Amino acid sequence: MSSPKPRIPDSPLVPYPSGAYVPERDVKEIPVLETHHLGIDFGGLTAVDDFSLTIGKTEIAGLIGPNGAGKTTVFNLLTNVYTPTRGSIMINGFSSAGKTTAQVNKMGIARTFQNIRLFSNMSVLDNVRVGLHNATKENLVAAITHGFGYRKAERQSKQAALDLLNIFALEQLADVPAGSLPYGAQRRLEIVRALATQPKILLLDEPAAGMNPSETQELMENIRKIRDTFGIAIMLIEHDMNLVMGICEGICVLDYGKIIAKGTPEDIKSNPTVIEAYLGRKGAKKDDA
Amino acid sequence: MTHFIQTLISSLSLGSIYALIALGYTMVYGIAKMLNFAHGDIIMVGAYTVIVAAFQLGMPPLVAALMSIVVCVLLGVLIERLAYKPLRQAPPLSVLITAIGVSYLLQNLALLLFGSEQKAFPTLITLPELHLGAVVIDGITLVTLAATAVIMVGLTLFINKTRVGKALRAVSEDKEAAELMGISTNKTITLTFAIGSALAAVASIFYGATYIYIKPTTGAMPGIKAFTAAVFGGIGSIPGAMLGGILLGMIEQFSKTYISTLWSDAIVFGVLVLILVVKPTGLLGRQIKEKV
Amino acid sequence: MSKLRIRNLLNKNGLTLAALVIAYAVVGILVYTNHASRQMSNMLISISAYIVMAVSLNLVVGLLGELSLGHAGFMSVGLFSGCLLSIALSGGLPLALRLPLSMLVGGLVAAVFGFIIGLPALRLKGDYLAIVTLACGEIIKNLITNLKFTGGALGLNTGSIYSNTKDLLPFAFVLVLITVIVMMNLKSSRYGRAIMAIRDNRIAAESTGINVTYFKLIVFMIAAFFAGAAGCLYGHSFANVKPATFDYNMSIEILVIVVLGGMGSVRGSIIAAILLQMLPEVLRDFSDFRMLAYSVLLIAIMLLNASPRFAELKGRISLPNLFRFLTRKPSRKEASADE
Repeated sequence: MSSPKPRIPDSPLVPYPSGAYVPERDVKEIPVLETHHLGIDFGGLTAVDDFSLTIGKTEIAGLIGPNGAGKTTVFNLLTNVYTPTRGSIMINGFSSAGKTTAQVNKMGIARTFQNIRLFSNMSVLDNVRVGLHNATKENLVAAITHGFGYRKAERQSKQAALDLLNIFALEQLADVPAGSLPYGAQRRLEIVRALATQPKILLLDEPAAGMNPSETQELMENIRKIRDTFGIAIMLIEHDMNLVMGICEGICVLDYGKIIAKGTPEDIKSNPTVIEAYLGRKGAKKDDA
Repeated sequence: MTHFIQTLISSLSLGSIYALIALGYTMVYGIAKMLNFAHGDIIMVGAYTVIVAAFQLGMPPLVAALMSIVVCVLLGVLIERLAYKPLRQAPPLSVLITAIGVSYLLQNLALLLFGSEQKAFPTLITLPELHLGAVVIDGITLVTLAATAVIMVGLTLFINKTRVGKALRAVSEDKEAAELMGISTNKTITLTFAIGSALAAVASIFYGATYIYIKPTTGAMPGIKAFTAAVFGGIGSIPGAMLGGILLGMIEQFSKTYISTLWSDAIVFGVLVLILVVKPTGLLGRQIKEKV
Repeated sequence: MSKLRIRNLLNKNGLTLAALVIAYAVVGILVYTNHASRQMSNMLISISAYIVMAVSLNLVVGLLGELSLGHAGFMSVGLFSGCLLSIALSGGLPLALRLPLSMLVGGLVAAVFGFIIGLPALRLKGDYLAIVTLACGEIIKNLITNLKFTGGALGLNTGSIYSNTKDLLPFAFVLVLITVIVMMNLKSSRYGRAIMAIRDNRIAAESTGINVTYFKLIVFMIAAFFAGAAGCLYGHSFANVKPATFDYNMSIEILVIVVLGGMGSVRGSIIAAILLQMLPEVLRDFSDFRMLAYSVLLIAIMLLNASPRFAELKGRISLPNLFRFLTRKPSRKEASADE
């Protein structure tokens, strides 16, 4: 941290004053997410340790690693579902220490879940409208009386929800109970709901899980589209290497709760530690078969 | 001082009864992950069984007690099979409402069969009082304390040392994994209900012998208090249920003796709320992280 | 398509309200022209109170998805505080002012208790929360029984404020109407959606920016408010009220109404409240078996709801679905438009 880090030749990532690398277009902006030496212990077991990461304002970042490496735990730490044992989290330059999960969402972090968590008895539209909850200007009196601006607020939130559903071609299903959607549509709805909270960074936990190659391709395009339309950062956990290498600008590799490598997809592909810890194991299997 | 020791002994006796009931709650909660609201009413059924067996059928005390255990075990298993088993995959709220329904069903059946007026419990055990200086311990208290101690040691050994006990612990830890290891979840849950109900029957005998009068709602309050005792000790933990039961018995008896009988219910329920709110993981329980 | 659905929804709610108004109009005509039997007019206030109790409990059980076993406690708090105020004012104010005022105060005091009980509820859910509400209900009962100014175990002498059905019916009607409108409106607002989101998936709701703590408190306070107001009304229809009446059994009775009417369905709660209050009066021989039948109903509805065939009917626990299940004519569309 004492002397500024040099730019790596031919890399799209450039160093921040702090020494972390972000896409060149983001270097003048405050990083949307910055963690310093984040860690958590469960009982005596250290699940995540010394997790320091910086994500640029419009970066698409990947968090990869073998099963059980602690990737989802990182998401749970970032959203304050778990309280960190050590370290700090800065969202847009503000510390999220001591905040509730709901407050962290209001600060700008929205997420999806590895095991889909929709409001399954509610309609698709209402799922998104729950996401719009904090953006809807409707107080308790209006809610109880259905007057005092209730109609206008409801109309606006409904339109906003439909517009968001449109991005993922879900508007036809707006009145269907969310629980009865097909699997892929449920994953997309989770992303829409998260987007509805108007986040600055979107955390996607295995968005392509259970999708076929063409659906995955569509998802990749959608992720890029979200980033470009809303100008937000996206961080994703994914096992599909084509997706990760295809859209992520910065990748962070986690193994046994510790970061073993950070860099561009090219860096990660050629990183011997990563190959040994992660790709190597998978690659070896492929070679055997 | 004598007064204090006297209160201590009666609180230990009450606590033993709570502990026996709490064991049933904690085992069922640990394994079936449900609050068996009807567990308290099993005690009532057990007590009425003894009354019927001793007075109407003229059975000797020991046979009446055994009969009570058999009836309670059968009833517990029957309830599990008919009411709870179909709800394994149902949301917790449905299971809880069903359990409340079962509890209510038992109370109202008893009300129809035996009427609302209280019935006297037969004298099962006639042991001489024990005089230790000025302190008097009656026979039933001695038997309660001794029997509870034996049952707890036995149960601990059973859970920790036997194959079946190991299966119980495995199912409580991880149902799916236990199933993969060839342990039948259904059989294990049935066994848990059987053991819990048997313990409730034993508790009912001591309860009846100590407090004499039985009515259809007799089981409800000790049931709720014993559940709190189980939570206090740490739900799912067998030593926790014992500890929690004894402590709750002491709190109740001492507040009755030293504060006020009028307020004792409010005090016990206040303590109950406090325990659930402040220490929902209990004294010996483990912190359970919700999986996200 | 969705516009149509919203209109449909409004119509359904409107229909319920219209039915309520007509029912009260008919009953009112009967009562005021002295055509109603004594037995019937005696029941009207208690039916109204039970409708309010059930609809408000449905907010907790059906919408928030938490079990409250202390609802009778809130009713009791509202009854005693409201009636005490009414007794104090009975010399000066006419009923038309005194009753609404005391119902409001009774409701507010109950809401304060709802807040106090809601506070621990923030840390708890499911079984533990149910037990805490049960305990709180019993503590309230114990408290009122042991206080001097509430009349103790013998009960409060409300002879001075006792009013007959003719006097109370308009107030009962307005209270029921307000409760039903508030609950229906709340359900189709951002507040209602947030509450249902907590019910469906708490963690997802939190991650979506819903302040779970706040909404749990709001729900407990609103439910307690209406229970308290209903209690105050109920108290005015007796010459003496004992705190022991409002125990755990009464809370269960209200829960039975909610479950029978369908979780989350305002209309169902109203129908079930009327049915369950009238049945024992109509079938005198049945009254001994009333509680037994309630318990069997609770178990049967839950078991039916878990059975796959019944789940086909959209898995909603409701009277119409029960009927459809029994007549074996599954009709998906109707079931999903239900509400």
